[in-house]
Amino acid sequence: MSVVFDRPSALTDTLMHYCPGCTHGIVHRLVAEAIDELGILGRAIGIAPVGCSVFAYNYFNCDMIEAAHGRAPAVATGVKRARPDCIVFTYQGDGDLAAIGTAETVHSATRGENITIIFINNCIYGMTGGQMAPTTLPGQVTTTSPYGRSPKIQGNPIRMCEMLATLDGVAYAERVSIDTPANVRRAKKAILKAFRNQIEEKGFSIVEVLSTCPTNWGLSPVEALTWLRDNMIPYYPLGVYKDIDKKEGDMK
Amino acid sequence: MPKVLMKGNEAIAEAAINAGCLHYFGYPITPQTEISEYLAKRLPKVGGVLIQAESEIAAINMVLGASAAGVRAMTSSSSPGISLKSEGISYLVGCDLPAVIVNVQRGGPGLGGIQPSQADYYQATKAYGHGDMRLIVLAPSTVQEMATLTGEAFDLADIYRTPVIILADGAIGQMMEPVDFSERKPREIPPKDWACTGHGGTRKRNIINSLMLDPEALEKSVRERFERYKKIEETEVKYERFMTDDADIICVAFGIASRICKSAVTAAREKGIKAGLLRPITLWPFPKAAIAEAANTAKAFLSVELSMGQMVDDVKLACECRRPVEFFGRTGGVLPSPAEVTAKIEAIAAQL
Repeated sequence: MSVVFDRPSALTDTLMHYCPGCTHGIVHRLVAEAIDELGILGRAIGIAPVGCSVFAYNYFNCDMIEAAHGRAPAVATGVKRARPDCIVFTYQGDGDLAAIGTAETVHSATRGENITIIFINNCIYGMTGGQMAPTTLPGQVTTTSPYGRSPKIQGNPIRMCEMLATLDGVAYAERVSIDTPANVRRAKKAILKAFRNQIEEKGFSIVEVLSTCPTNWGLSPVEALTWLRDNMIPYYPLGVYKDIDKKEGDMK
Repeated sequence: MPKVLMKGNEAIAEAAINAGCLHYFGYPITPQTEISEYLAKRLPKVGGVLIQAESEIAAINMVLGASAAGVRAMTSSSSPGISLKSEGISYLVGCDLPAVIVNVQRGGPGLGGIQPSQADYYQATKAYGHGDMRLIVLAPSTVQEMATLTGEAFDLADIYRTPVIILADGAIGQMMEPVDFSERKPREIPPKDWACTGHGGTRKRNIINSLMLDPEALEKSVRERFERYKKIEETEVKYERFMTDDADIICVAFGIASRICKSAVTAAREKGIKAGLLRPITLWPFPKAAIAEAANTAKAFLSVELSMGQMVDDVKLACECRRPVEFFGRTGGVLPSPAEVTAKIEAIAAQL
């Protein structure tokens, strides 16, 4: 009997700590499949963030570094400049990448660091228990916006792909989602491209993945996928925001 | 090798390249910017990398990344910038990563001034980051020592897998003196088999991490690190004595203050006062034993600092209250004059 489905060799045989219905597991698998398919496991170095995916260093089967909150792109810069032949990626959540680490994100992007960033946007701080994130939607209830996020009081959410796409150093910025099997396949394609770009020394590549947090959204896993579709995608439209391989008219 | 006339900051930069440091990450701040300017010229010519980071925080985390990848890396700054680096310094310690961090001190607190200071002594020796931690702190007093101690800092960092601080000041950073870069013999460095270099499918993957949620495991790792600190305290203390053998009054001073004290001690001797100087070269580990031994014969100590008095606490602890420990200092960027220090020595002598 032939094996038709197996764990990618870029994932360790470790039980993940993620909540039921959380989509981190799917994205971990997509990253691992991309590493396997490109044959880069032996020269991959991953940078884990602070947040729900803080234990990513236990799950990816390559050399791993745990960064301080938000500093993964700076750490990745140091690693890549020291080891240009290695394939360096960060895996970061919205608080990590778009709040405390915004400067590191923007400047590694504008320098055109030849690294790959996987950005999980689930509109909430998961690990600390459901606080407002930089990407929390207007009106969204969190423990620190209990009456719903008011742009007048808590300010507006931030759209990272749109902002990063304006920078010359960015080779590729795409926003994907994992709410349907078809979108998971698109996400996989984007992640593969973001790693291939680095192999081909094209520069900074980021894939923003719209993800769910059933636990802190207070929804069932299936309801959470629907909520993502109905609320997140309209605010954070899917698509390619920058691709140096394509002409401007071909975008999105 | 012939001697070269250089600024203290430039001597640090050249010594770093001589020590094989080809990765520098920093952010401009007076009075240390010559370090990055010098390296910006030199590093590209020797296959190195200099990145002017978006912030001090990013710079120290780039150092962390490069060090984790197994290469020698450094950053430099001055007092306010060093405060920003404290997060990364703590993570370097927690990850057991070597790094060299230069602080060419200026006056504080806050934005303070840009003139020489030693007011970051507490911060450097007690609290450069959160958590149970120590750092090796080296205090050069000449441009030659800026070079020698920089080479030494890289070796110590690799041997003990710890960040090492060069605690200089604006005066030594800016002054020019002759330097001989061949003065120091490099030490033997253990292989960096812990580094993240890509496992190539040939070894177990390496994880560099400071997160330990299990209290027992965290305590164990901190205790292991403190065993290393104990070894450093036993073997790496460095200090200089100047006319201390028969001294009644021993000045304790480091860096630029020690040079002022040498003049003051000489002047006091001319006035018939048996004065001497003990100059810590390692501020941590502090030369406790040397001061305790000196307390057997000296009648009083005088800590001279470019601050309101910080190292004076360590001098008191080291001589265990067996002798009076006086303090003299100027702060905010004001340098004490040798005459002021001599007058203080005379005042102490009058009370003995």
